[in-house]
Amino acid sequence: MNGVSAACCRAWDGLIGWIDARFPLLKLWNEHLARYYAPKNFNFRYYFGSLAMLVLALQILTGIWLTMNYKPDADLAFGSVEYIMRDVDWGWLIRYMHSTGASAFFIVIYLHMFRGLMYGSYKKPRELLWIIGMLIYLTLMGEAFFGYLLPWGQMSYWGAKVIVSLYGAIPVIGPDLAQWIRGDYGISDVTLNRFFAFHVIAMPLILCGLVVVHIMALHEVGSNNPDGIEIKKKKDANGVPLDGIPFHPYYTVKDIVGVAVFLILFAGVIFFAPEMGGYFLEDNNFIPADPFKTPPHIAPVWYFTPFYSILRAVPNPFGGVVAMGCAVVLFFFLPWLDQSPVKSIRYRGLSSRIALAVFTLSFLILGYLGTQPPNPVTANLARIFSVIYFLYFLLMPVYTRVEKTLPEPERVHYP
Amino acid sequence: MSEEDIDKNRRRFLTAATTVVGGTGAVLAAVPFVSYLQPSARTKAIGGPVEADISKLKPGERAIFKWRGQPVWVVRRTEQSVQELKDMDSKVRDPNSDEPQQPAYAKNEERSRKPEYLVVVGICTHLGCSPNYIPEGSPDAPEPDWKGGFLCPCHGSRFDLAGRVFKGVPAPTNLLVPPYKFLSDTRLLIGADEENKG
Amino acid sequence: MNRIALAIALGGALLCWTIAAPAMTEGPPLYQARVDLKNKASLQRGLRLFTNYCLSCHSAAYSRYSRVARDLGLTEDEVANNLMFATDKIGNTMTVAMRRADAEAWFGTPPPDLSVIARARGADWLYTYLLTFYEDPSRPTGVNNLVFKDTAMPHVLWELQGYQKPVYVTEKDAEGREVQRIGKLEPSTPGLLDATQYQNAVRDLVNFLVYMGEPAKMMRLEMGPWVILFLVVFWLVARQLKKEYWKDVR
Repeated sequence: MNGVSAACCRAWDGLIGWIDARFPLLKLWNEHLARYYAPKNFNFRYYFGSLAMLVLALQILTGIWLTMNYKPDADLAFGSVEYIMRDVDWGWLIRYMHSTGASAFFIVIYLHMFRGLMYGSYKKPRELLWIIGMLIYLTLMGEAFFGYLLPWGQMSYWGAKVIVSLYGAIPVIGPDLAQWIRGDYGISDVTLNRFFAFHVIAMPLILCGLVVVHIMALHEVGSNNPDGIEIKKKKDANGVPLDGIPFHPYYTVKDIVGVAVFLILFAGVIFFAPEMGGYFLEDNNFIPADPFKTPPHIAPVWYFTPFYSILRAVPNPFGGVVAMGCAVVLFFFLPWLDQSPVKSIRYRGLSSRIALAVFTLSFLILGYLGTQPPNPVTANLARIFSVIYFLYFLLMPVYTRVEKTLPEPERVHYP
Repeated sequence: MSEEDIDKNRRRFLTAATTVVGGTGAVLAAVPFVSYLQPSARTKAIGGPVEADISKLKPGERAIFKWRGQPVWVVRRTEQSVQELKDMDSKVRDPNSDEPQQPAYAKNEERSRKPEYLVVVGICTHLGCSPNYIPEGSPDAPEPDWKGGFLCPCHGSRFDLAGRVFKGVPAPTNLLVPPYKFLSDTRLLIGADEENKG
Repeated sequence: MNRIALAIALGGALLCWTIAAPAMTEGPPLYQARVDLKNKASLQRGLRLFTNYCLSCHSAAYSRYSRVARDLGLTEDEVANNLMFATDKIGNTMTVAMRRADAEAWFGTPPPDLSVIARARGADWLYTYLLTFYEDPSRPTGVNNLVFKDTAMPHVLWELQGYQKPVYVTEKDAEGREVQRIGKLEPSTPGLLDATQYQNAVRDLVNFLVYMGEPAKMMRLEMGPWVILFLVVFWLVARQLKKEYWKDVR
């Protein structure tokens, strides 16, 4: 028995050695897993990075499967989705995984970003890491937008119509630009076909590339942690950070727990509430696209509604587009807007804490208002919270500089 | 963290347990993805039995019908051809149709329900080409004394008028007889019979 | 403290999102359909009503007779012999003989496909819609509807329900003007069924429409608990593994 397993081991080592002489397998393994030292004080907020990768993988897998039966043709698209839901074995499950996965992706990414805001993960030396992350977020928005047209329901159609019309608000080139994006005078089969190409090839390729770059950048500078201090400053004789632990096995086994919890919630939605009360799959999208009949109320999917609210809050259409664009772009400048000497919210002063809490709240409220039909009351509320949203960024250089911070510890807190 | 504190057995056990449960989950999760690739309800509906009208078929002629996207041939054999099938027994590889290439009711000399009509899937059992029908006396006959049958253009496999494969050709088995039944003397149902609803 | 405040804020915002679900339907309150997908007899009665009354104008082009038969516990022969009028193949979908152009000429708008209508409209809306046709001589069909004003659809189920006529009440609107509003509907011509029987019939029909909107629903509701149970087991094992390894970390 022992002889056999020893022989097995030797054969395995031999194989690895053979590969390693031709490909940096062990090097990659060590750099990114076995000898990547992550701070030991990660809390649950550090699950969302690996969860985002899991969701990406699931979306690609289910997406490939859906593509096998989906037809990017205005006459057939709606029916092909119903075909998947009924005629194809398990098609319903794979479709619900994909539609729920889209929303899950944004939930996970928003929580991942919120973690970054809390612990100042965008601050030096992680500026580029943050910017790459923001590019991932932008790509994801594009991916979601293109994908949302594909079921060719009423919300798909009119949502795309409204969003593409936004480009039409740009002075001078707007109308031509909007037409160029559509490839037609209105949203049509042509638009559907090209959005399909973007959704299944272009965006996923960019997304995967950016994710690789994001991880490379992360592993170059090392992970931040809830204390916001650099563990690389305190190393032992071997050059291993004193507060670092190898990602594998410690964080692999920990992330598996996170994955299990995520999958429980994910399955809960898929099996018991795939429409999620109309937020993940909207009622109107079960009516085929009809260019002659606008549904009584159009709103984007929930993950776009905060920005949609900001768009609507500005009376001038072009101004609205600019405001919406700024609302996203401002995130890119966080590393320089934040002048605080400390990273983590734990050691920041009261004003930073209040600012983050109020910002988060206004983001959620704007999101809610974006789902509602416009009326004077909500429009004014949206204006107020849009202003708060922007003030979080614009006042950041001030309130992060003037507030009194707490001293950062020498070593991380654990447990 | 001293080495003695580590309960290696427990670690090994828990690692194995997680792997087994996780692996089981992965296998179970793969089931929908594999089943998804099976023929769908629509494919099955389209692949259902088809009716074939053979009232215009003259002796010696062949008609082609489409069933499940494949050609199904109906050949109306002449009385002479039916008689000659017996003579082919020495030339063909499986004269008694011992290979399960036909429903039970077609396991006979003529490989058919009625001696007059041959019903086979027109796909060569070698690599899936569709053989040509070459009646007796045709100038295209591949050999002297050709009693009528089928010649595959891809690799030269030959079949007699009962769809039986010749000896010494690449095709391994006789042509497939699909399930079928006669709805009347001139109407066939291809793809279904008494046992098999299609 | 900080954490609790944040949690409350987040929870509150999410709660407010969830309560105000994006059901924007305006109009009178809807009756509750209270359908039950497990009630096979009700689904079968619904199928019968559907094929008899709806399927002559509306299609259900994504729904196959064979699947319906299997899911509703009927044999293919039962469905083929009693309920299939527009086709002869059990594997076919529920198409309709009426041509789209004719339909457009007769009704002004082609009757929509009903495969997923229950997912678009909701069971309660459909239930209320089918209960609240009332006489309105100004309409070409002679009827109007409480939840779908000026609907192009005639009161197809009139022989079951009979006709209802509106009873108006006078109210003051926000500016103090007097306006007429339909207070309730009362029977004017009796039908074959009494009110309760008719409500039950409509409930059966809506039940069937809900089933047809998502035939996999029963399966997913049955599977869900087992999948989650399995995942919970996985979680428990994985957590033990994590705890064991993390004994090293101090």
